[in-house]
Amino acid sequence: MAKKLKRKTQKVHIAFTLNGEPCEVAFAPHKTLLEVLREDLNLTGTKHGCELGECGTCAVLVDRKPVLSCLVLGLTVEGREVTTVEGMQLADGSLHPLQTAFADLGAAQCGYCTPGFLLTAKELLEKNSKPTRDDIKEALSGNLCRCTGYIKIYEAVELAAARMRGEAAEVPEEVVLGLK
Amino acid sequence: MRAFEFHPAHQISDAIRSLDEANGNARICAGGTDLLSRLKDDVDNPERLVCIRTLPDLRYIRNDKDGVRIGALTTLSTIEEDAYVQKQLPLLHQALQVTAAPQIRNQATMGGSICQRPRCWYLRGPFDCLRKGGKECFAVYGENKYHAILGGHLCYIVHPSDSATALVALNASVKIHGSKGEKTVPIEKFFVGPEVNILKENILEDDEIITEVFIPHPAPGCRGAFNKSRERQSYDFALASAAVQCRMSRGVCEDVRVVLGGVAPIPWRSREAEAVVRGKKLSAATIREASEAALRNAKPLTQNDYKVDLTKLLLTKSFQQVSI
Ligand SMILES: Cc1cc2nc3c(=O)[nH]c(=O)nc-3n(C[C@H](O)[C@H](O)[C@H](O)COP(=O)(O)OP(=O)(O)OC[C@H]3O[C@@H](n4cnc5c(N)ncnc54)[C@H](O)[C@@H]3O)c2cc1C
Ligand code: FES
Ligand code: FES
Repeated sequence: MAKKLKRKTQKVHIAFTLNGEPCEVAFAPHKTLLEVLREDLNLTGTKHGCELGECGTCAVLVDRKPVLSCLVLGLTVEGREVTTVEGMQLADGSLHPLQTAFADLGAAQCGYCTPGFLLTAKELLEKNSKPTRDDIKEALSGNLCRCTGYIKIYEAVELAAARMRGEAAEVPEEVVLGLK
Repeated sequence: MRAFEFHPAHQISDAIRSLDEANGNARICAGGTDLLSRLKDDVDNPERLVCIRTLPDLRYIRNDKDGVRIGALTTLSTIEEDAYVQKQLPLLHQALQVTAAPQIRNQATMGGSICQRPRCWYLRGPFDCLRKGGKECFAVYGENKYHAILGGHLCYIVHPSDSATALVALNASVKIHGSKGEKTVPIEKFFVGPEVNILKENILEDDEIITEVFIPHPAPGCRGAFNKSRERQSYDFALASAAVQCRMSRGVCEDVRVVLGGVAPIPWRSREAEAVVRGKKLSAATIREASEAALRNAKPLTQNDYKVDLTKLLLTKSFQQVSI
């Protein structure tokens, strides 16, 4: 039963939870979640990279799991829960321990990859409060960073994890300033 | 990405009707991780997407007396974390652990992972190649480092799916629903090489959808191993992989399935290697002989003869792991 199909560009309207608050938005049906977030909701913290699932800079949490927003159709988040880097701060408005640790250790240079790393690491620490270096590497294996060489990023996740466990973790001076 | 009509399906019958009436102009969208990149690259241009995420009841891992049933929408990360899979199907677990990156495994589904299209850069690029209905396979004289060394016939794609390689080794079957009803097909018969169909990698018709993958319980004494080589260690498609599922009894290999990935247009079952080891102890000499036999008919292209030795090595490693 063949039928003449129409390609629709007319906007569609969906409702979902964005960073803990109800959100409604209208957009063209073929837009990705990445495009909807950046272009229709003006949340530009989520970065636009390879667009093909290879770099991880567009990672966001959907129903608390990290996914690549460049490979998610906006329409498919209807009724679900989306968290972007703009929603990472704690209830009292202070930075998430991961954000603080990234800043303390210089785990961001140009910062382009940082939102994707932060959100992916956030979920890791929620399911594993004491990850090994290998756990961290595996969880972050889909995120590319062209600046830091990754070591500072792994150290920052370890530092944040320690602080979140309530351990008094100080940043050694040489990590920040180099060896004297 | 070009515009399309978006059809969320709420029942399997809706999905089938929606596919059927589009007459080949619709694509199923599950996790979207493969489909959206094809649409962005403009190498596929359907008028309609039938979204099956909205189908209820296709997300499950169920254990019954015969085996384990995995709903088509179950994500790869859910399967990877499943206790039964980890314990009883190590081969599948190992394959999933090295499939793409964790974010993609959170999105990618069982059905999508076996129906994903090949990654051949001519297929995925602006080339009118055989698999897109054109007249020539550019890989034959072009850049063919990642292409097939076995089972090529006019077209030299390799099947990209690690889970497919594992599932053929585990003797799985797929349940398919379509306008003509429901059927269950052994996964080995599901995949077809270019000599059968140069345009697609499996037998699915335009109006058909996979609803379930079934894996029989391995017999007592079964062991499995999956080894994959990739150019980049963080995540990457297989340069080659080797899956061995073997029933051992007093050190003797009673029954075995050997499947190679990344080297052929379909998950490549090597009956030659199986014949060498069946009924024998897995000694170093037998393993060597089996690995040689598996690659005896390999026909490398101009840039991929490295795959021959690499695959032998991976197969040797998998045999060694099941023998201890
Ligand atoms: C960066 C990157 C790296 C990757 N690395 C690997 C790797 O190392 N190993 C590997 O195996 N894979 C790899 N993949 C591929 C990945 O596994 C697939 O994209 C994924 O499994 C597809 O699942 P999906 O649910 O997203 O499918 P979709 O993209 O939704 O669909 C894929 C195809 O299958 C069809 N389809 C989907 N579900 C059904 C169904 N139930 N019935 C019938 N047809 C269906 C769709 O029409 C479409 O043509 C990688 C992908 C990316 C982006
Ligand atoms: S932009 Fe999504 S993974 Fe690169
Ligand atoms: S800080 Fe520049 S890409 Fe990571």
